[in-house]
Amino acid sequence: MIESRRLILAHFWLAFAVFLGAMILGEWQMVIRSPLHAWINVPEYYYRSVTGHGTVMAYVFPLLVAMGFGYAITELSLKQTLVGGRWAWAAFALVVVGSISAIAAVASGTASVLYTFYPPLIGSPFYYLGIVLVVVGSWIWVALMAVNLHTWRRARPRGQAVPLAMYANVAGAALWAWTAVGAALEILLQILPVSFGLRHTIDAGLARVLFSWTLHAIVYFWLIPAYIAFYVIVPRAIGGRLYSDVMARLVFALFLVFAMPIGVHHLFADPEVGSGFKYVHSVFTAMVVIPTLLTVFTICASVEIAARLRGGAGLLGWLRALPWKNPAMLGLTFSFIMLGFGGAGGLINMSYQLDSTVHNTQWITGHFHLIFAGAVVVMYFIIAYDLWPHLTHRALGQLLLIRTQLWLWFVGALVMTIPWHLAGLLGMPRRMAYFDYSNPAIAPQAWTVVAAVVGGAMMLASAGLFVLILVRGHRGASIALPEYRFSVAIHPTAAVPKALNGFTVWVSLMIALTLANYGVPIAELMAAKTNVPPVFYDNR
Amino acid sequence: MTVAGSPGADAAERFERNWAVVSILLLAIVLGVIAFTGIHWATMPPSGIEPIDPTTLHVSGEFVEQNLGAEVRSDGAIVVRLIGQQYSFNPQCIVVPVNSKIIFRGTSADVVHGFLVTGTNANAMLVPGYITTFTTAFSHVGEHLMPCHEFCGTGHAAMWAHVRVVPQDEFDRLIGTNARGRCD
Repeated sequence: MIESRRLILAHFWLAFAVFLGAMILGEWQMVIRSPLHAWINVPEYYYRSVTGHGTVMAYVFPLLVAMGFGYAITELSLKQTLVGGRWAWAAFALVVVGSISAIAAVASGTASVLYTFYPPLIGSPFYYLGIVLVVVGSWIWVALMAVNLHTWRRARPRGQAVPLAMYANVAGAALWAWTAVGAALEILLQILPVSFGLRHTIDAGLARVLFSWTLHAIVYFWLIPAYIAFYVIVPRAIGGRLYSDVMARLVFALFLVFAMPIGVHHLFADPEVGSGFKYVHSVFTAMVVIPTLLTVFTICASVEIAARLRGGAGLLGWLRALPWKNPAMLGLTFSFIMLGFGGAGGLINMSYQLDSTVHNTQWITGHFHLIFAGAVVVMYFIIAYDLWPHLTHRALGQLLLIRTQLWLWFVGALVMTIPWHLAGLLGMPRRMAYFDYSNPAIAPQAWTVVAAVVGGAMMLASAGLFVLILVRGHRGASIALPEYRFSVAIHPTAAVPKALNGFTVWVSLMIALTLANYGVPIAELMAAKTNVPPVFYDNR
Repeated sequence: MTVAGSPGADAAERFERNWAVVSILLLAIVLGVIAFTGIHWATMPPSGIEPIDPTTLHVSGEFVEQNLGAEVRSDGAIVVRLIGQQYSFNPQCIVVPVNSKIIFRGTSADVVHGFLVTGTNANAMLVPGYITTFTTAFSHVGEHLMPCHEFCGTGHAAMWAHVRVVPQDEFDRLIGTNARGRCD
């Protein structure tokens, strides 16, 4: 039973509202740079839009989904009223104020520096302050998740297994708390003093290293709500059982450890990190394959259990017995297909040598849109559909509309991102406000930009449908709901190993490996003192 | 870790363990290949930190105007030096001989830039304050585009240069007249 319905709905509604706005910006960018439109006269508008799209999609939207979902998991899995409801509203207010500050700075054209900041390019301080407020708000959420788990533990016999959903949720919160530190250090110690005019030089290399600390693990933070849905929502929603509860905990624990010490793989082509640490980060990036492959196994097995419970038989014949019309089944399938393509691409990006073929090309844009917009956001939809009746106490229904929405998103994402991968292999650079399509070396790639317009339009239509379905959900027939349930394991777990019922080992490893893998590169750069003058974006 | 007597629990755990072993083996192979190619063929990304002051690039040192472009070093190696700045490269066109070892050395005069040479694996970042060095070779004669591939400000989309890969004799002729290989 969810008691903090208003709190959770506020998070979800703000998340989906800004998501729809950022979708419109994204599609406008696709149109304006395509051969279907004349060259943009003021490219600054394009980069303003890219900054807005990136800031919302990378920070505000996934954070609000994780926060709202986290509060819901707390009440549903621990079966206790949220502790610290006022703090939760305060955190929400900080996210709102921070977002307004950042977006206002971007909209006024004083901070078109992209969500990745790129100092020595320096924008308006209101942009960075806004991001800081959003992050501070999110840290309150992290603390609330820990406090609620602690409250639950105190009221129970020592060693009782933490519900899997809450275990995964707190793992995600801990990951976010630590991953945000890199960008926070970059903003607070490097960028803001320069943006306010207090300091007159900045180390661009150090800033890139600090940002890489955040830049990769944040992707796993986006991913965690989707993974939680794979494990604790989908098997129940399709009438199956979870294959293994302990393995699921291990997966989330491994994400904590391996998501962090790997960000330098974004800097393979950079001059400020030596090749030794580049190789080390490449190896650790590869380690993330393990929790991913374990997930693929466990979830596919859980789905097979559902099929066999529904009377499916044979080596592959059980596939026909799956509830294909169930949104959770459809969403999971789409997510896994996109995760498969995206994961294969990711192996190329993380490899020390192959990366040079694709680094900073349209391939990279294709990769993270396939993984995040594709595989992850489609599961955000499933989370919303699954929770909505419990938040509104009304029937959601509209199954045909929901299926249409999911199909549009899936096909749109593929139509947009697969051509981007191809264009990247041909050497098309990313973040271009326009292309000279009359150049014979560029003309053959023009169709990929048109494909992105078409795919983007399908995704925008899907996003609009999604919001429409949720709005209509508030006006459905009132219903009495059965108690909300998460998936249960097929073989009951006798005792969860102590290490997998807490976070001490994993959080210690996360911090130790981060310090080991980042300590030397950061210390080297601080000693080198390679400060350079800033370049102000707003021509102060 | 499951309740004893739950039918099939043992088999379930066995399958799970086998899959974990397969995953780890797969990973070991991938990492082995990366390590082997890195060590055996010395295929490595840019490495080594070399600081440089971006405010005096044009006044003195390695990146003064007359040093930019392709140079034949006394040991026969070709060194290409270039600068990225808002919103062009200097030089805007680079000429190099086909099938030769080419050492790229670049830096930025202002913000973060980057470049790639289309159709090849030449790809690097230019960060102000640091010199980027990497070694490559071009196996075909032809003209390549060389766009800036990192957001560097509102003019980013206009920042394109060229790399012209020419036969050795033509390169010798161009070097002969200019001392530095440039397209014009």
